[in-house]
Amino acid sequence: MKSLRAVIFIALILAMTVPLTGLAQAQDDVTIRYMLWDNNQLPAYTECANQFMESNPGITVEIEQLGWGDYWTAVQTGFVTGDAPDVFTNHLAKYPEFVALEQLVDVQPLVERDSVPTDIYYPGLAELWVKDGARYGLPKDWDTVAVIYNADMLEAAGIDPAVMDEWTWNPEDGGTFEQVVAQLTLDANGNNGLSPDFDKDNVVQYGFTNDWATAAGYGQTSFSVFTASTGWTYNNGLWGNEYYYDDPRFTQSIQWIADLWLEKGYAAPFADVSGLGSFALFQSGKAALTTDGSWMIGSYLGSEFPVGFGRLPIGPEGRKSMFNGLADSIWVGSKHQEEAWQWVKYLGSAECQNIVGQAGVVFPAIPEATDLSLNVRADAGVDVSAFTLQAAEEGGTFLFPITDYGGEITVIMQEAMDRIALGEVDAETALTEANEEVNALFE
Amino acid sequence: MAASQIHIKPKRFILFELLNRLGNNEALIGYLFILPSLIGFAIFFAYPAVRAVYISFLDWNLLTDAKYVGLENYQTLFDDKRFWDSLQVTVLYVLWNIPLQTVLAIFMAVMLERFSTITSSIMRGIMILPWLMPNVVVALLWLWILDPSIGLMNEFLKAMGIGRQPFMGSPDQAIQSIAGINIWRHVGYTSILVFAGLKTIPKSLYEAAAMDGADDLMQFRKITLPLLRPVLVFVLVTSVIGSFQVFDTVAVTTGGGPAGSTRVIIYYIYQQVFERRIKMGMATAASVVLFSILITVTIVQMRLLRSGESDLADYQ
Repeated sequence: MKSLRAVIFIALILAMTVPLTGLAQAQDDVTIRYMLWDNNQLPAYTECANQFMESNPGITVEIEQLGWGDYWTAVQTGFVTGDAPDVFTNHLAKYPEFVALEQLVDVQPLVERDSVPTDIYYPGLAELWVKDGARYGLPKDWDTVAVIYNADMLEAAGIDPAVMDEWTWNPEDGGTFEQVVAQLTLDANGNNGLSPDFDKDNVVQYGFTNDWATAAGYGQTSFSVFTASTGWTYNNGLWGNEYYYDDPRFTQSIQWIADLWLEKGYAAPFADVSGLGSFALFQSGKAALTTDGSWMIGSYLGSEFPVGFGRLPIGPEGRKSMFNGLADSIWVGSKHQEEAWQWVKYLGSAECQNIVGQAGVVFPAIPEATDLSLNVRADAGVDVSAFTLQAAEEGGTFLFPITDYGGEITVIMQEAMDRIALGEVDAETALTEANEEVNALFE
Repeated sequence: MAASQIHIKPKRFILFELLNRLGNNEALIGYLFILPSLIGFAIFFAYPAVRAVYISFLDWNLLTDAKYVGLENYQTLFDDKRFWDSLQVTVLYVLWNIPLQTVLAIFMAVMLERFSTITSSIMRGIMILPWLMPNVVVALLWLWILDPSIGLMNEFLKAMGIGRQPFMGSPDQAIQSIAGINIWRHVGYTSILVFAGLKTIPKSLYEAAAMDGADDLMQFRKITLPLLRPVLVFVLVTSVIGSFQVFDTVAVTTGGGPAGSTRVIIYYIYQQVFERRIKMGMATAASVVLFSILITVTIVQMRLLRSGESDLADYQ
C-alpha cells in the first residue's frame, strides 16, 4: 500500500514537470518552417538546413515539400489561415500577386543592416525581386531553356547532333530547324516528314513536342524560345502595364508552332500533350526533340534511352532563352522574422549554394556555385553546356515578364492557346482578342 | 438533520416529476436526439452558408479590409462569359452523368437479384470497390488509362479495331470522359442502393404477375419501377446534387481545359480564389447562385417524383 502511494506520488510529480521542461525548451528553440516544391532539390536543402542548424543552435529548420500544383494553393491558404511557412521558395510569376496582397517581408532594410552583398549573383537576378525600392527575396538559382533530344532517334535518322550548333528558325518556313524536325518524323510506313509519301495522319514518331498544355501567357519552355528570337517582347518592360500578344511577329510564330501538328504532322497533337504532358510523351519514346528548362536535366537523364542537350535554333534576331530565377521570401505573418531572415541570408550565401551546386540538380545563383554544379555533371559525362552557353551569350537571354495579374493572364492566355492548338481559331484572331482582355486588366 | 431532510424531499420530487413529464413529451425527446447533428449542422453548414451570402456583397480578399459593394459581384458575375460557359458545362456534365449512371445502376441491381445469394454478395463487394477509392486516386488512375498517346484505353481500342480517341485532350470528349470516370466510380454504390430497394418489393407480387402471364419486361415496368420510386427519388436527388458539385476529377485531370471545355461551376469558383488573387466576393456570389439552382432543381425533382408517397398500397 505504501509503495503504491509512493509510485502515484512520483508519477504525479513527473507528470507536472514534463510539461514544464517542454515549455522551457520551446522558449529557447525557434522552429522555422521552410517550403519548396521541387523534390529533386530536397536532399540538397536538407543538407543546407543541417549545416545551418549546426551553426545556429537555437533555430530548427523544418522543410516541407509539396508538388507545384498543390504548393501555391497551400501557400495562399496559409496566408489566410495564418499557417503559411515562415520562409518559402518564390516564383516570378507569383510574387507580384503576393506583394499586392501585402504578404511578403521587405528585406531591403535587413540587407542594409547586415550589409549583405547582392552583387555576388549572376547579373540581373537580384534586381528581379525588387519593386519600388523594396526587396522581396534573395536569389537562389537560375535556369535557361535548351533543346533535348533522343540520341537513338537522331542516330537512326543519320543526323549529327552538331547540326544544332548552327540550325536556324524563322516563322515563315521554319528554317533548318523544321527540316530536321521533319526528317525525325516517321509515319507507319517508315517514311519521314520530308518524303512525298509521308502520311501525316499516321505518324508513329514525332520529330518534336513541347509543353503546350501549360504554355499560357509565358510559354517559358514552349513558345518563348521561338517568339523571343523574332525580337518580340511580352510587354513594355519590368512591371509593365501593356502586353503585346497581338504583335504580328508573335501571332505568326504561334501559328507556325500550332501548324506543326495541325497541318504538317511533325509534332504531337495537342490532345497527346494535354494529359500526362510532353515530358511523358518524350520519355515513352514517341518524340525525338523537345524544349525544356535546365531544372529538368536530371529528369531527362532518367530516360530509358540516351539523351543529349542541344542549342536552341538561331532565329531572325538570334538565339533567345528565358533567364528565370527563383528566390526565398519571408512571409509577413511569420512570428520569427529575425530567425527567418537568418535562414534566408544563409540560403542566399555561397555556403548553402555550394551545397546545392554540388548536388548537380539546378544552377545556383552564385557563379562559383554553378561552376561546382557543372563539374559534377562533367564528371558524370553529361554535357549541359547548351544551357550555360545560352546564359553566357551576349543578348542570349531575356527575363521573365514580371507584371501584375499573373494569375488572370494565365487563365485568359491558356484558353486562347488551347483554342489555337486545337485548330478552333487562328492565332491572329484568338490572340488579338486575348490581348485586349489582358490589357483591360491594367485599366 | 431531520429538518433538512424534509426540506430536500419535495425538491427531488419536483425534479422527478419534471423529468417524467419531459419523458412523456415525444417531440422534445426527438429534438434531443437530433440535437448533436443539429449543432454540427449549425456550426459547419448553416453559419458558413449565411456568412457566404454576406461575403458575396463584399470586395474582400480575406487579407486586407473588406469593402461593401452591394450587388456589384453579382453584376460582374452575370457579365462574365466564363461564368455562363461554366454553367453550361456543368449542365452538360449532369446530363451525361445522371441518366447513364442511373439506368446502368438499375440494370446492374436487377441482374444482381438474379444471382444466387453468395454470387450476389461477392459481386456487390466488387462493385463497391471503386466507390471506396479516394476521388483523386480514381482521377489519377483514369488520367493514365485515358492518355491519348500512351494510355491503356487506346491500346485496347486498337485491339478492338477502333481508332485512337483523344478523350480528355479534346473539347468534344473531355466532359464526357470525366462523366464516364465518375459513372465508373459511383455506379456500383448506386446499384447497391437500388438493390436494397428491390429487396423491399414483396415477392408475392411477381408470383401473382407471372400467374397472370406477365413477362419479365412487363413485370419490370409495372411492378419493379413503380415500387422502386422512393429509392430512386433518394438516389436521383442526392446524385444530381453531387453531380452539380463535381470538382476533384476536373482539378486532377484537365484543370478546366482544354479551352475551358471542362470548367464546371465549382472549378470556376475555385479559380476566383486561387487563380485570381482571392476574389472571395465573386466566389461566394457564384456559390450563392449555384445554391439557388440546386434548391430549385431539388424541389422540382421532389415534386415531379412525388417523393413522399409509396405505391405499394395500390398493389395490395
